[in-house]
Amino acid sequence: MREKLSQKVLNLKSSGIRAFFDMANEIPDVISLGVGEPDFDTPWHIREAGIQALQSGKTFYTSNAGLQELRAAISSYTKRKTGLTYNPENQIIVTVGGSEAIDLALRALLNAGDEVIYLEPGFVSYYPCIKLADGVPVPIRLTEENRFRLKPEQLEAAVTPKSKVLILSYPNNPTGAVMEKEDLEALLPVIQKHDLIVISDEIYGELTYGVKHCSIAGLPGMEQRTIIINGFSKSFAMTGWRLGYALGNHEIIEQMVKIHQFAVMCAPTISQYAAIEAMEQGDGDIEAMRESYDQRRKFLYHELQRLGLPCFEPQGAFYMFPNIREFGLSSGEFALKLLKEEKVAVVPGDSFGECGEGFVRISYAASLQNLKEAVNRIFRFLSRYRT
Amino acid sequence: MEQVIREQLLHMLENNSKLTEHEIAIMLGISEEEVQREIAGLEKAHVICGYHTLIDWNKVNDDDVTALVELRVTPQGGEGYQKLAEKINAYPQVVTLYLMSGAYDFLVMVKGKTLKEISLFVSGKLASIEEVQSTTTHFTLTKYKELGVSFEAKQADERMVVTP
Repeated sequence: MREKLSQKVLNLKSSGIRAFFDMANEIPDVISLGVGEPDFDTPWHIREAGIQALQSGKTFYTSNAGLQELRAAISSYTKRKTGLTYNPENQIIVTVGGSEAIDLALRALLNAGDEVIYLEPGFVSYYPCIKLADGVPVPIRLTEENRFRLKPEQLEAAVTPKSKVLILSYPNNPTGAVMEKEDLEALLPVIQKHDLIVISDEIYGELTYGVKHCSIAGLPGMEQRTIIINGFSKSFAMTGWRLGYALGNHEIIEQMVKIHQFAVMCAPTISQYAAIEAMEQGDGDIEAMRESYDQRRKFLYHELQRLGLPCFEPQGAFYMFPNIREFGLSSGEFALKLLKEEKVAVVPGDSFGECGEGFVRISYAASLQNLKEAVNRIFRFLSRYRT
Repeated sequence: MEQVIREQLLHMLENNSKLTEHEIAIMLGISEEEVQREIAGLEKAHVICGYHTLIDWNKVNDDDVTALVELRVTPQGGEGYQKLAEKINAYPQVVTLYLMSGAYDFLVMVKGKTLKEISLFVSGKLASIEEVQSTTTHFTLTKYKELGVSFEAKQADERMVVTP
């Protein structure tokens, strides 16, 4: 059968996380700090809005770009949070998760051979989505010394005449890094000089601690050349509802709607109704969840320091990305041994790109009780491997 | 201490009074001494009125009966309700006491070992208070939730073990 399959798809490696998941899943009583989603249930009033939609028979397709009412709600939410104005008529598309929005944006923009600059360590989907859209992935390897922020020199060095798109992903999965306004401003001359389009994946935008999230779309001259990717999964604990959205220039959005319409028709209708409630009545939920993540972030960061595990202090998302090089194990070996010997699941850093080697991703979207127990186990583990 | 931090501290203790001062200090990003001082101050000011453990006694024994008693009293002026509340408060059987708006005046939660014990208490003690005009007693059948906590064990984490 193999000869019948698409060479392009065959050439893609499946995610390293996938393989690790299969192993972790077979071991009972694992404390999992490997999960890339909130540990909260979707707030009840949002679930109730979903139930109500179902009960009142909202079981039909919506318009391709998403319910008009939801697009309007997204528009005013975005205005409220960032000050940016997007027209619900033609600048917003509701997608099946943020992931679909990334895929659509890339497919709408790329011609064969166009180069896309993206950041590593980063979310696992960028590379394959670029490949599937016939683009050429050009990773920039971020460093711990720079707190995993992108420097203009690094960007300049990655640009070629074929560069078309830059994918920014802050707050970042897996590092928890953020880019502040000054950091983003420093990139503008390079972006403008080379006329790059920016896909700004801001799915963790509501989850920053001690700093306010800044969208690059709000900086001078950037609104027209930026596509914002956002969604409900992380900020509203709605991963299973599969709902995201993209905001941007209407000509780009129009092409994205075209692909979306042929591929999936529209995002799930019931989820869309629940999402209206989230946009309009969810600010308090976000606040409460952020406060809780921040408490656990402080706790885990303190504990990692106590264990002597070097880690830069993350200011966003719900991940820590400690450096494990002193143990002379690869990320994969470290994670596997930790899983087998102490039953704690973390994700090997190289799953997020080559330069993630030497790190592991720890999610603190877990109960305080589990975090405490995991820290004890990690402590035992580290003591064994420290010489 | 900033009001925001103080409220966070109170929420943390309200949800889990077993947190140590050390843990609270880490999670709020302040010093342990500051936490100690603040808690001592809040206890003194009676903002923190006690530390309790939520127990589902029905899982321990069968002699745990609770009733909600509505009390209608003669209209009170001045500090009348306050005085009356103190009188009702004094009974150890009374675990919760609220002054209410609406069709009755006081809502009294009473605990006892048997229905009979509670009935005797209501008729013998509460109803015989001079200002009490009438009582209506409702016995609880099942407790599902108290102080925001469900008595049903929380279901296990349904998330997959590892996801991107």
